[in-house]
Amino acid sequence: MTVGENGNPDVRLVDVTKRFDDVVAVDRLSLEIEHGSFYALLGPSGCGKTTTLRMIGGFEQPTEGEIYLGDAEVSSLPAYKRDVNTVFQSYALFPHLSIFENVAFGLRRRSIRGQTLTGQVNEILRLVGLEGMGKRKPSQLSGGQQQRVALARALVNKPRVLLLDEPLGALDLKLRKQMQLELKGIQHDIDITFVHVTHDQEEAMTMADKIAVMNHGRIEQLGTPTELYETPATAFVAGFLGVSNLIPGTVSSSDTVQLRRGPEVRVRPEALQGRTGEVAVGIRPEKIALGEGQSNTLDGTIVEEAYVGVATQYIVETACGRLTVYRQNASPGLNGASPGQRLTLSWSPDSTFVVDSLEGPE
Amino acid sequence: MGFLHRHRNLTPYLLLGPGLLYLALFFVVPLGFLAYQSLESGNFDVGYSFTWAWGNYWDAIKNYRGHFIRSLEYAGIATILALVFSYPLAYWIAFRGGRWKNLLLLFIVAPFFVTYLIRTLAWETILADQGPVVSVLRDVGILGHDGRLLATSTAVVAGITYNFFPFMALPLYVSLEQIDGRLIEAAQDLYASKWKAFLRITLPLSLPGVVAGTLLTFIPAAGDFINAQLLGAPKNHMIGNVIQSKFLELTDYPAAASMSFVLMAAILIMVALYARAVGTEKLTG
Repeated sequence: MTVGENGNPDVRLVDVTKRFDDVVAVDRLSLEIEHGSFYALLGPSGCGKTTTLRMIGGFEQPTEGEIYLGDAEVSSLPAYKRDVNTVFQSYALFPHLSIFENVAFGLRRRSIRGQTLTGQVNEILRLVGLEGMGKRKPSQLSGGQQQRVALARALVNKPRVLLLDEPLGALDLKLRKQMQLELKGIQHDIDITFVHVTHDQEEAMTMADKIAVMNHGRIEQLGTPTELYETPATAFVAGFLGVSNLIPGTVSSSDTVQLRRGPEVRVRPEALQGRTGEVAVGIRPEKIALGEGQSNTLDGTIVEEAYVGVATQYIVETACGRLTVYRQNASPGLNGASPGQRLTLSWSPDSTFVVDSLEGPE
Repeated sequence: MGFLHRHRNLTPYLLLGPGLLYLALFFVVPLGFLAYQSLESGNFDVGYSFTWAWGNYWDAIKNYRGHFIRSLEYAGIATILALVFSYPLAYWIAFRGGRWKNLLLLFIVAPFFVTYLIRTLAWETILADQGPVVSVLRDVGILGHDGRLLATSTAVVAGITYNFFPFMALPLYVSLEQIDGRLIEAAQDLYASKWKAFLRITLPLSLPGVVAGTLLTFIPAAGDFINAQLLGAPKNHMIGNVIQSKFLELTDYPAAASMSFVLMAAILIMVALYARAVGTEKLTG
């Protein structure tokens, strides 16, 4: 159980493929997860993220490829022999056992008894804020408390890797936000590698320090939340993480793109990454200014305005199609731009990214 | 709906009413009559009179103690056998049955399409001295040269096991089928082998089914007389046989009635002991 202290990543997948009959759920996937990281597998349903997690946990065997935990190849090991624990989507708490016995389950299987057992269970219950609840049954707890029991039941075993399968899906929005921060805090304190599966980009960005965006059984892009948001590599990633305006065009020089039905715009040479021909230029809504001032400009007419509290959202009709623009409501009573008004939009080449094509998600 | 709406507090009684009325008419009243009969004395020719004849109960216990014990013994063994045979079956259907589940369940219920008596008569033929089972068992030496199955306690217990098998298998299936497969995955995730996961999770969660199946099998089996009559010898007769013959052949109603009450009491005691052993909360799940 103490393998892999020589700097090997905690989890390593090498060319892992999983087929269910004819359906390829995971397609030659390779990834490495460093010790102590909070790693998210993010993607739409059916992208293979849960299957990947289940293969790491030992609930599915890969059709091809190798799975390493530390430096041990585990793809043929059953779940109960892997130094990995899971927080299940539906919590899967044992309904006939008390909270204490639920949490003690893994320790008992490893023959930990008496004072040691009681001490470890109570300590972890304190960590997740459920002190003194040990005698209750799962059905007597709220959804949020059950979620904490599921977390405690896995963490008490101090696994090499903790797997979280959409752990917050059943909670309401407010509790979910709170638990996101708590989970992140707990992970920071206990120094265990977390692998987190979710379809919620905001949740992934809040908690994870590395995100693998998955699509069709493969990793579309791997990076920090900032990298993925600021410089998405594909239209899919740009569309899956937040809102983005994608405008088709043709590369016209080492740092310009000629928009298909608009002006030529400047981009950073690094953003082009040697691309030529047909591309799409992307700008995040909050990076477009209403009015001139930046070097890239586009004329348009406001067609819709929606006040959403922290920002106001404008839909602007331009020669290149409708663009979404956010203006932060930094001070009250900003002189209103209103529907029908003609104006010039502008943005900086530095906040412009370039992707290959326009084959984004719906 | 207007009436129900105005008298909402009546709704529970309206829902309970038909069932309670039925039970009152066809269970409580006959039971009271039976209790009355059990304390009568006399005989069919001179007539019966109510004399607080508690001696009937004493006679029942004194004269038929062996039959009572045999009934509980046969019913107990048959219940255990039915449990042992049907648990793996119900488990397999619940967890591995897949799209065949309903068809397999139909097979379990299929014997009910033939009446009880006919099914037991069929067993009489199967176990007969000239039948295939006995001749095979004689050939391989499990039975002696003139050994037989019919008219033995083995045949009676086998018949009861068979006839009450669905009452055990169906509740077991229901309780196993309700178990969330993710709980077993969670147990395996927490270092439990398949066998440990079964012992710690599946088995305890299926206990309500075990209890329901055990009661549904044991209670009617203890009062059964068909199997002992058709498959057993007189020495294998159960208390049901005695009650049946006292009522219908000897028309000794007070004796038959008092025996019925002794049997009922014996079953209640067994059930109470059982419930105490497994914990009453298992009875309600």
